[in-house]
Amino acid sequence: MLSQRKPRQMESRVDHLLIAEMVGEGARVLDVGCGDGELLQLLSNTKSVDGRGLEIARDRVNACVARGLSVIQGDADRDLADYPDAAFDYAILSLTIQATRSPKAVLQNLLRIGRRAIVSFPNFGHWEVRAKLLLTGRMPRTENLPDQWFDSPNAHLCTIKDFADLCRAVNAEVERSAVFNWSGRQLSQRSPLGLQNLLGEKAVFLMRHGAWA
Amino acid sequence: MDGTSQGTTDAGKDTRPLQSTGEARPPSSHSVTFPSSEPLELDCGRLLAPFTLAYQTYGQLNAARSNAILICHALTGDQHVANVHPITGKPGWWETLVGRGRPIDTGRFFVICPNVLGGCMGSTGPASINPATARPWGLGFPVITIGDMVDAQVRLIDHLGIDKLFSVVGGSMGGMQVLEWAARHGARVATAIPIATAARHSSQNIAFHEVGRQAVMADPEWAQGKYLEHGRVPRRGLAVARMAAHITYLSEKALQQKFGRNLQNRSDRSFSFSADFQVESYLRHQGSSFVDRFDANSYLYITRATDYFDLAAEHGDVLANAFRGTTTRFCVVSFTSDWLYPTQESKAIVQALNAVAANISFVEVDTDKGHDAFLLDEPELFACVEGFINASAAKAGIAAASGS
Repeated sequence: MLSQRKPRQMESRVDHLLIAEMVGEGARVLDVGCGDGELLQLLSNTKSVDGRGLEIARDRVNACVARGLSVIQGDADRDLADYPDAAFDYAILSLTIQATRSPKAVLQNLLRIGRRAIVSFPNFGHWEVRAKLLLTGRMPRTENLPDQWFDSPNAHLCTIKDFADLCRAVNAEVERSAVFNWSGRQLSQRSPLGLQNLLGEKAVFLMRHGAWA
Repeated sequence: MDGTSQGTTDAGKDTRPLQSTGEARPPSSHSVTFPSSEPLELDCGRLLAPFTLAYQTYGQLNAARSNAILICHALTGDQHVANVHPITGKPGWWETLVGRGRPIDTGRFFVICPNVLGGCMGSTGPASINPATARPWGLGFPVITIGDMVDAQVRLIDHLGIDKLFSVVGGSMGGMQVLEWAARHGARVATAIPIATAARHSSQNIAFHEVGRQAVMADPEWAQGKYLEHGRVPRRGLAVARMAAHITYLSEKALQQKFGRNLQNRSDRSFSFSADFQVESYLRHQGSSFVDRFDANSYLYITRATDYFDLAAEHGDVLANAFRGTTTRFCVVSFTSDWLYPTQESKAIVQALNAVAANISFVEVDTDKGHDAFLLDEPELFACVEGFINASAAKAGIAAASGS
């Protein structure tokens, strides 16, 4: 399942709003794992984007199309390869990368398809996750990660540090990053990465391919 | 009924009136004839002139001429998309989708539906009179393609003074025409809705069509294609062709649910070859009623056109090339239980459109009604088409329907 459950409406709005702020007016946007099209609708309303979506769940795709959004049924792991280079100004992966089979290949495709890539993900390095694993000895379940390990769509959870490592590995130049705490407040950019990794529940990275810098 | 209809005279023959030829010349629809000075260059290399297209329209063309939607009909469909059929007396074949207050709202859009070239409802086809011989064309009619059908429709759109269609919509063979419109005349198509279709006919599709054609041609009444001249009708052959084809339009599950092994008006088997089972009776009815409204040679020509359809082959064997640089917005629809044009065929279209970064929506509707689902009551289909059309129309600045 690509469509990650979004348990806290308020918080999903916070990262959507930040993504909307990052995206340029009238840009061509591909939202991979677009769910019900909430972000696409927001980008369409506030930035008049030429937006497209890719979503694996058929009922969600049909709901998007019925809302007038350009969304196709498909799988990020398989179908991103079909798109040509630099077809979009922004390729967005919102709370989805952890549910893909090959996050690295997906990120590489995003950086290839979009002039810029925006990725948001739940931070597995958050103190609550760490504490639960440490204290209970079981896979941590939080409001943000509510599923049991065996029925979770999340195959590849990572921490902010892990994601930063992946960015380096695929030669992604991080232009901007934002980390949100439990209340949806953005942490200071100046705080050290280790602290952000401890206090952040969710992160948003704006990147482009290093070679094109 | 056209008084010159063949088939009503010869004694000893089937004397039922040939209704299909009645609509073939002339039709009760609007029609436009393009003169000999404006021949249609066919893919086979021959020129066709003069030729006629019969068509229906619904709604009003707006002042900007920007609200026209072309509906392309399927293999055995016709132009009577949203009105009572002049032969069968049945409602239009897509009244669920097209009409006042429907997803394609005739209060908002000017809807045009032509009978395809090669058809038998007033457009030039094998049942029409060849002006050179003053006899029905029969097998003298050139073999046409989906591209030829579309090129003929372009003439109609020109004739109607429409520069750009807001949308081209069609299912099955109609969907092939939609794809061909987008490929050959993309600049004139703002949005395209190919439904339950494919960019090429599969080997299995060709095989079923061949069975149908052989059934027609094996009927002695077909008379080497000259049955109209002899006042005959290959009823049995065409009915068998229709029966075989009709099975492909349904799904195994739909057939089982509808008929199971139920017997028709009897409590036990008759130990004969009469229609014991309801499904047999149903197919026989489908076959015999089809013959009343369709010309056998048209069936040969139109099935051939779909067999020849291979959009990638027209573009260097790369389907994406057919859509390179397209500005058309697409909405591709498939149905889960359609085994004639399965979802994978639609996915191939989607893949090609993605490869050129086209603006595309793609939905697969979950249904057990098979290929015919595109003609039936499928709320998810209606919701998707309506959402797609309305969002696109709002962007194009087309006024909403008045009074609704």
